[in-house]
Amino acid sequence: MKIPYYPGCTLHERALDFDVSARECAKAVGVELEELPIWTCCGAVFPLVSDSVMEILAPVRNLSYAAREGDKVVTLCSFCYHVLKRANKVVRDDPEKMEKANLFLRADTDAREEIESYTKEDYEGQVDVLHYLEMLRDVVGYDEVKKKLRRTLDGLRVAPYYGCMLLRPKKEMEFDDPEQPSIFEEFLETLGCDVVDFAMKTECCGGFQIVADEDLAVQCSRNVVGSALKNDAEIIVTTCPLCRYNLDKKQHEMEKSVRGFKKIPVVYFTQLLGIALGIGGEHIDFSDNYVDPRPVLAEKSLL
Amino acid sequence: MRLTIKSEELRDDLIKRVEDLSRQGLLECYQCGKCSAGCPVVNEMDIIPSEVIRLLQIGQLDEALNSKTIWVCASCLQCASRCPKGVEFSNICDALRQMVLRKRLSIPRVDADEVSAIMVSDAPQMGVVGALRKLNG
Repeated sequence: MKIPYYPGCTLHERALDFDVSARECAKAVGVELEELPIWTCCGAVFPLVSDSVMEILAPVRNLSYAAREGDKVVTLCSFCYHVLKRANKVVRDDPEKMEKANLFLRADTDAREEIESYTKEDYEGQVDVLHYLEMLRDVVGYDEVKKKLRRTLDGLRVAPYYGCMLLRPKKEMEFDDPEQPSIFEEFLETLGCDVVDFAMKTECCGGFQIVADEDLAVQCSRNVVGSALKNDAEIIVTTCPLCRYNLDKKQHEMEKSVRGFKKIPVVYFTQLLGIALGIGGEHIDFSDNYVDPRPVLAEKSLL
Repeated sequence: MRLTIKSEELRDDLIKRVEDLSRQGLLECYQCGKCSAGCPVVNEMDIIPSEVIRLLQIGQLDEALNSKTIWVCASCLQCASRCPKGVEFSNICDALRQMVLRKRLSIPRVDADEVSAIMVSDAPQMGVVGALRKLNG
């Protein structure tokens, strides 16, 4: 089965460990992720003001590229998923904005038609935006995933960190319950993990504030990490490269500010899936992690 | 804080502009404070989210525009998720930021030239792009 795939800028470069592990895992469960032939940055953040058309152009343009490849597009990064899904909803619900966005897309098409043989089809919301976890659950099926596993991750105490962008706002994301989500837990149970519930699993990691005010963002991510540690998690899993950065790399700062701080590895969910599917070698790469997950994985005989 | 409340400013055009931009009815808020209670960065704010809404309800736009609050918001949408009246403070915050940034009423919180080299070479691109779009305009 082939499904169009939108990687986004971060997975294309700084989060290659996420991208590569996801593509390999997809193959192992019978899905060929086909990267869109043309794509650009989605804009990273969704405009919360009513008059902004400019800021939805990038996501709508990417959705129009996806529309040429199929009726759905899969993405992994929480920010990309959030922005594409909400922009898609704007196109579907707001005819005036849809028309304005298409005016820009048509201008694009006219200018670049000859070199890239664009079609002149308008984008009207015909693509469904899926998160990779939704693909596993709803397209492949967790039961099918389970059949493909080479080993289960028994006894590994894993804390699923959702963060913000997958869940909120509920009425637009329609991803899961914003206070008591379960898609991640069900995924980890499929892998045989010991799922650790923790209070801060849907709290903000500080997000892009890490660029403006590091102390502020570290304060947020420290609360998340501390909450998972308090419940005896051995590893945190995430779906977002920015969460990974704030929760993992900033443990360097947390060590300075908290006496007796205990470090905990933070990995992408596709990396744990890869281990369970028996994918190894360079496809499951932990060299970019500040806190190395290999000791805890080795301790459980998972490497 | 010393405030002068003028009847002509209670619902003036600029306050209505906040409502239009954010698509939120300011008078919906009945000050329960759940937005402030759920905010992960509230302790860094000079005016807490529910107070910002209260100030806007009584026409004190400048107090809101000059607050530190609008710049420490990370748009995590927890306030919007928890509000029993469906008021999305995150959107009000974005509207206030846009009102400042579009007219350059103050120096942007993040200057593209001053993002540290470490951040540019190390942080995920989404973080740098997100910060510049939300906090520089």
